[in-house]
Amino acid sequence: MRPGIRASAVLGAGTVAAVLTGCAAPAGDAGKTLTVFAAASLQTPFTALAEEFEAAHPGTTVTLSFAGSSDLATQISQGAPADVFASADTKNMAKLGGAGLVEGSPRDFATNVLTIAVPPENPASIASFADLAKPGVRTVICAAQVPCGAATKRVEQETGTTLTPVSEESSVTDVLGKVVSGEADAGLVYVTDVKAAGDKVQAIPFPESAQAVNTYPIAAVRTGKNQDLADAFIEAVTGTDGQRILRGAGFGTP
Amino acid sequence: MYTGIPRWVAAIAAVGALFVLLPLAAMLGRVNWPQFIPLITSESSLTALGLSLRTAAASTVLCVLFGVPLALVLARGDFPGQRLLRSFVLLPLVLPPVVGGIALLYAFGRQGLLGQSLGIAGLQIAFTTTAVILAQTFVALPFLVVSLEGALRSAGSRYESVAATLGARPTTVLRRVTLPLVLPGLASGAVLSFARSLGEFGATLTFAGSLPGVTRTLPLEIYLQRETDADAAVALSLLLVVVAVVVVGLSYRGPAPAGSGGRSARTGTPGRVPA
Amino acid sequence: MTFTLDAALAARRFDVSLSLAPGETVAVLGPNGAGKSTLLSVISGLLRPDTGRAEVNGRVLFELGPGVHTWTAPHRRGTALLAQDPLLFPHLSALENVAFGPRSAGMPKREARESARHWLAEVDAADLADRRPGELSGGQAQRVAAARALAVDPEVLLLDEPLSALDIHAAPLLRRLLKRVLAGRRAIIVTHDVLDAYMLADRVIVMEEGRITEDGPTREVLRRPRSRFAAGLAGLNLVSGTVTSAGIRTAGGLEFAGQHDAPLVAGQAGVAAFPPSAVSVFLGEAHGSPRNSFRVTVTDLEPHGDQIRVRAGELSADVTPAASADLGLAPGLDVYFVVKAAAVSIYPS
Repeated sequence: MRPGIRASAVLGAGTVAAVLTGCAAPAGDAGKTLTVFAAASLQTPFTALAEEFEAAHPGTTVTLSFAGSSDLATQISQGAPADVFASADTKNMAKLGGAGLVEGSPRDFATNVLTIAVPPENPASIASFADLAKPGVRTVICAAQVPCGAATKRVEQETGTTLTPVSEESSVTDVLGKVVSGEADAGLVYVTDVKAAGDKVQAIPFPESAQAVNTYPIAAVRTGKNQDLADAFIEAVTGTDGQRILRGAGFGTP
Repeated sequence: MYTGIPRWVAAIAAVGALFVLLPLAAMLGRVNWPQFIPLITSESSLTALGLSLRTAAASTVLCVLFGVPLALVLARGDFPGQRLLRSFVLLPLVLPPVVGGIALLYAFGRQGLLGQSLGIAGLQIAFTTTAVILAQTFVALPFLVVSLEGALRSAGSRYESVAATLGARPTTVLRRVTLPLVLPGLASGAVLSFARSLGEFGATLTFAGSLPGVTRTLPLEIYLQRETDADAAVALSLLLVVVAVVVVGLSYRGPAPAGSGGRSARTGTPGRVPA
Repeated sequence: MTFTLDAALAARRFDVSLSLAPGETVAVLGPNGAGKSTLLSVISGLLRPDTGRAEVNGRVLFELGPGVHTWTAPHRRGTALLAQDPLLFPHLSALENVAFGPRSAGMPKREARESARHWLAEVDAADLADRRPGELSGGQAQRVAAARALAVDPEVLLLDEPLSALDIHAAPLLRRLLKRVLAGRRAIIVTHDVLDAYMLADRVIVMEEGRITEDGPTREVLRRPRSRFAAGLAGLNLVSGTVTSAGIRTAGGLEFAGQHDAPLVAGQAGVAAFPPSAVSVFLGEAHGSPRNSFRVTVTDLEPHGDQIRVRAGELSADVTPAASADLGLAPGLDVYFVVKAAAVSIYPS
C-alpha cells in the first residue's frame, strides 16, 4: 500500500496505419504484448513513447508499469513478467545484472539532476542551495536510502552544506507532494518532477546540482518473452524520437 | 463435547488460518538470523521502535479520551443524526489511510482549516511527532468506539437506571457502574487501538513526513530499509509482528467474559449457592 | 405530605392519576401491557410523560404542559426501584452494593458502610456482606437488592414484581420480609399475585390499557370487583382470623387447617387462602373430615369458564354443570363447602 507513485498504464492497441521505421517489425509481432517496467519519473515520456511504438508496430500492445526503481528491481527478481527494465539509477540495474537477469549490457539513455522545488509564491524566498540550510526553512528531502536522497547527500558533501530537513521521505513523489500541499517551504526533487507538476510548484535551479547527475540505464530482461520487441523498444528509447521526447520532459542526454 | 461445527466448516477455517499464518511463516524463513540481533538493535531501529511505542501509547490515550464519550453517546444517546455520526466516526475503518492522511493535511496542515489558525498561534503540527499521534488517533479511534459501543449495548442500561434511582448523579453512574461494567470491552478496544496505531503507515507518511526520532515510526523505517537493506526490513517486520502479538495476546482475550456485561448477576455464575 | 401523580404518555396510551398518603402502600394489579411498569418508570424519572405533574412532600418531580417544563432528574427524586431482577452491580460486593446509594448521596465511606451493614441486617443478610452478586442465590440477591433500595430511605419505594423471579421457596421468605420493611413506608408495588396485594398493600389499584380502572382498599376491590381483571383475581378465597396451632380460626369460629411456610405464632392475625377449584360442594355433612367443612348458604350461581361458580357470601366454589344439576344448586340452598387442608395456604397478615 504505497501512496504516490504506482501507476500502470495499459494502452490499447491502435489499429493505426503502419508507419514502418528503420527497424521494421517482423510479421510475427502481431498480437504481442511488451511489458515495460520503468522508474516512476519516466511516466510522462514513456507513456508518449509507448504510443509511438505501438503505432510503429501494429498489433503490439505496450504495457507500462511505473514504480520506484528499487521496487521494480525487486519485483523482477521475484519473477514479475517484465521484458524491459528502465531504472532511475545504475545501482538497481547493477543489482539486477548481478542476479543474471539482464540481457546484454544496459544502455544509458537519460540523465536527471536535482532542483529545488518551492511553492509558487516561494514563501521562504529560496534562491540558492545554501538558502535551504537557513534556520526556519522547512526543507523536505529524500532519505539517503533512495536514489534522490543519495544525490542530495552528494550535493551536500560537495558544497559543504548540511541540511536540517523536517522530513526525509522515502520517495521523490512524497517530497514533491509536501511542497505542492504547502507543508514544506522547499524540497529537493528532480528537474523532471517539477516539469511534470506544471505550475503547482516553481523550480529554483542551482549550479551545484551538476555534482550529482543521475544516469538512467535501460536493458532487456533475460526472463522476458519478447526479446526482439524488447530490443526494438530500447532502440526507440535511445533513438532520435525517444531522445526528443525525453528532453521535452526535462531529461538530459547521457 | 459437541460443538456443532460441520467438518467442512472446520476445513475452510483451517485454510483461512493458513492464509494468515503462511506469509508470516514465509517471512520467518527469510530472516537473517545471525544478523538478527544487530539489525534490530541498530540505532535507527531502536529509535523507530521507541518512537512507535511512544506515539502508539499517546494515541491510545487520545482514543480512550475521545472514544469513551463517543461510544457512550452512540450507545446510550437518542438524538437526530446519531446514525450519521456513527457512520462518520467509523469511516476511518474503511478509508484508505492515505486518504486519512490527505484529509488530516487539509485540516491540520500549514494551509489547513485549523492549521492556519494554529500556525498563527505558533503551533506547527506537520512534520512533528504530534502529527504522527494525530494520524494514528484518526485511524485507531473507530476500533475503540466499535469495541466499546458493542460492550455498552450488550451490557444494557438497566444497571445505570437502578443506579440513578438510588440517587447517583450521571457522572457517578458512569464512574462507578458503567465503566466498571464495560471494562473488558474498553480494555480490548484500547489494545486494538494501540495495535492499529503501531501499524499506522499511510496516513503518517502522507501527513507527518519521515524523520528519524521525530516522525519515522517503525513501519516507515521498514518501508525505507526495504529500499536498500532487505534483511533489515525483514528483521524489523518480525520485531513489529512480535510486539503486536505480545500486546494483543497479553491484553485482548476475545469477547468479554461472562458476567461482566451479563443481564443479571444470577446468570453470571449460576448455582454456587443453593437457593 | 402526600405523593400525587398526574401523567399522560400518548405513545403508550398511558393516562394515570394517583395519590398516596404518607406511609401508604399501594399494590398495582393488571394484565401484561396494562402500563404498570410505565407507571413506575414515569415516577422514577426513567420515562418522560407528554404532560402531567408529580409532587412528593411539596417537591415537584415534574411538571410538563403548555409553557411549563419542570423536570427533576431520576437521581434527585428519592424514588428507589426494586425490580424483578435484583440487578446488583456485579463488580461490587453485597455491602458495597447497599452502600452505593448512601455514598452517592455524599455520605462518607465509613458511615455508608455502617448504614449498609444495618440494612443488610434488616433483611437478614448480614452474613452476605462480603459476597459478590455472582455468589448469591436468587432469593439472597433480591434481599440484598431490597436492602440497597431501603438504604437510600426513599420518599416512594417502587417495587416492580419483586417476587416473580423467585422460586417457590424463596418467595414467601422475601414476602414476609417486605411486609416487615414496608410497614409505615410509602411504596408502590406492581404485582401479578393477589396475595402480594393482600399481604403487603393497604390499597389496590387495577390498571387496564394504560388507565386505572379500580382503586380502593384491598379487601373492597377484591370483594366487589368491578373490573374484569379484578374479577378474575378475586376468585381466590381469603379468610382472615387468628392463627392457631393448625391454621386459622375465624371470628365466627370456623377452623381452617392448611399449609404454611412461615413459622406461625398462635394468636397472631392471619389469612387462609384457597382457590375455588379446591372447594367441593355437598348437600350433607357426611363426607370428609369435620375440619374444613362449612355450612353455607348459596347466594349466587354464575358461569365461570366451563364450570359453575357457586358463591356463598365471601366464599366460592367451582363445580361442573352436571354436579350443579345433580345437587340441585340454587340461591338460598344450604350446602357444605369442603376444602382439603393441602389446598389451603396460611399466611400471617
